[in-house]
Amino acid sequence: MSQIHHKDYAGAKLGMWLFLFTELLLFGGLFLLYAVYLARYPHEFAAAGKQLDVIFGTVNTVVLLTSSLLAAMSVSAIQRDERRSAVRLLSGTILCAALFMVIKYIEWSAKIGHGVYPGSAQLKGGPPGESVFFSLYYVTTGIHGLHVVIGSILLAWVALKVKRGTVHSGDFVFLENGALYWHLVDLIWIFIFPLYYLVL
Amino acid sequence: MSHIQQPQTSFWNDTGKTGITSWIFSTDHKRIGLLYFYSTFGFFLVGVLLGLLLRIELMAPGRTIMGPQTYNALFTVHGVVMIFLFIIPGFQGSFGNLVMPIQIGARDVSFPRLNLFSWWIYMIGAVVILTSLFTGGGPPDTGWTFYVPFSSRTGTNVSLAVLGVFIIGFSSILTGLNFVTTIHRLRAEGMSWGRLPLFVWSLYATAWVQILATPILAITLVLVAAERLLGTGLFDPATGGDPLMYQHLFWIYSHPAVYIMILPAMGVISDIIPVFSRKPIFGYKMIAFSSIAIAAAGSLVWGHHMYTSGMSDTAILVFSFLTFIVAIPSAIKVFNWVSTLYRGSISLEAPMLFALTFILLFSIGGLSGLILGAAATDIHVHDTHFVVGHFHYVIFGGSGFAFFAAMHYWLPKFYGRRYAEKPAILAWALMFTGFNITYFTMQLLGMQGMPRRYYDYLPEFATLNLVSTVGSWILAGGLLIMLINLFRGLWWGPPFEGNPWGGATLEWSIPTPPPTENFIEEPLVTHGPYDFKGTGIP
Repeated sequence: MSQIHHKDYAGAKLGMWLFLFTELLLFGGLFLLYAVYLARYPHEFAAAGKQLDVIFGTVNTVVLLTSSLLAAMSVSAIQRDERRSAVRLLSGTILCAALFMVIKYIEWSAKIGHGVYPGSAQLKGGPPGESVFFSLYYVTTGIHGLHVVIGSILLAWVALKVKRGTVHSGDFVFLENGALYWHLVDLIWIFIFPLYYLVL
Repeated sequence: MSHIQQPQTSFWNDTGKTGITSWIFSTDHKRIGLLYFYSTFGFFLVGVLLGLLLRIELMAPGRTIMGPQTYNALFTVHGVVMIFLFIIPGFQGSFGNLVMPIQIGARDVSFPRLNLFSWWIYMIGAVVILTSLFTGGGPPDTGWTFYVPFSSRTGTNVSLAVLGVFIIGFSSILTGLNFVTTIHRLRAEGMSWGRLPLFVWSLYATAWVQILATPILAITLVLVAAERLLGTGLFDPATGGDPLMYQHLFWIYSHPAVYIMILPAMGVISDIIPVFSRKPIFGYKMIAFSSIAIAAAGSLVWGHHMYTSGMSDTAILVFSFLTFIVAIPSAIKVFNWVSTLYRGSISLEAPMLFALTFILLFSIGGLSGLILGAAATDIHVHDTHFVVGHFHYVIFGGSGFAFFAAMHYWLPKFYGRRYAEKPAILAWALMFTGFNITYFTMQLLGMQGMPRRYYDYLPEFATLNLVSTVGSWILAGGLLIMLINLFRGLWWGPPFEGNPWGGATLEWSIPTPPPTENFIEEPLVTHGPYDFKGTGIP
């Protein structure tokens, strides 16, 4: 099959962009709920948002931005045919992802330790807008966290392929698409961070 | 299926491999198409059986053959199976896969392995849905719409069922992006956008709807599961949530999903009608454009499912207006099909009969849709059997009959064997009669005020319900004859060779059944899809 022999680069990228678009829409549903409930409970949202720790959020933003930079540098490295450095940069991305998840874990457990989680007695006793805010917070950051984990597994697979030489300077669309996915994970966080930590 | 021996090499035998693994691990779009066809059509038959049982229960007031809980579960499972397991994946998966790459002159889709993967995901989702019927608190009883707050509180196995639908959503997205990429990238030389067969145009519009709408369903179902498992309460008024938000999110997907069901059907009709009228299609550009217009406008009308849910009057007015807009491109298609027929040399063979039936039944369904789209009349017939009748006219009378048309039109091409014509026409006549008896009475019942999804009803509805049930038996009888005739023909019938219908699209220019690589050499397209003179066909 001739199409297998000469890979359709533009096609592969187009497919990936379409997939990323579906991911944006998935989170779009959550942002839509955020918008509607923010309009309905502005004061409760403001009060609840202040309970989130801006330090955790900021550190995680920096960590994710760094990871995205490393992923982009890895693509440049493979273009220059520097496979070893591409693998090292990807490992850096995955380390950042792990760090992000650890910080998220600490943040979540602190909140849960204070009795703030969906269906908790404390939230049930509080104003309804607060409960909605934290449910949305947990669902949104939870699904985002799941994407971080999936993205890291994907990048680990890419790194393995680069190491084995099946992804190289002549055929690196798999790495490029993996990095695109990672930028999406980063991008979604760039919207989550101000909405939950900053603007309220 | 390997018992078919074809004299020439075709995708059935030229890989040298046989057995089930040569099918379920094949990346050939034709084999995947047949996998999809048999799995989705199998679920269609399951859905038909459930529907027949529902009609028997409603044959007379009071208990007939089942209790109320069973009835609730049956109409839920009937809906879930028909919508998520048959008609949404059916067209794209089976005929999209079988025909589209050949029609654009490609050897396969852009991502053949992803294509196989999406069939696997579909099957996994189907298994999860089937598991939900027999485990936990029993089959879901919410209706296929999974409306909160009932879906977040019922003890039946809703969580597993929505997980299954969520998984199938992935399959739908992957097929959609595969088709968009394929149609953009793999058209043969000379296959310009203006020469794409209208079936391909409709698949293209459908694929965009799949990409744009399905993620919203995914997140909505995740939220229902979270509601049940974690108690997030985002749709629960007790914790500040709003059930109306569920309805919005659900219909943001599920209304466009109706166009996933109907657009490919319209494409099938646009391909069949010119062939059996021996005339180029009338208004090619308008039909192609109206597919895109339906997909675009149809994405903005979800609120018309919620006129009685407590939206503001402004919202109702806007959604009602937008709903009427969708009628314009739909009518453009109908008028163009009819104009194609005008002074054509019409031959009434089985595919054509099913296609003509589509036009009639879809028009009845579409016009009854306007009664539902107008807020003032909708208030009266909302949630009655009128809606059931309307929906079945559009989706069964429309998409379903188009699916049968496609089966009679394209399957012989892929099997190299044909069915008998007379039983096919008898089956069509029975189905057409039975269909109208079954569903037109439902519209009458709805006008008289019989609610849908009710287990019992007042004695004055008894006669029409009996008529509707008898109609469903005629319909089922016709379906049975169609199945026996079609599959007996495809498996053991006389050979089907060359281009007996005289189609001008590319699939009729290659050997029957097609070889694995479709085209022996890269095709050069020199004429349009309905340019019958260009192909040299008399």
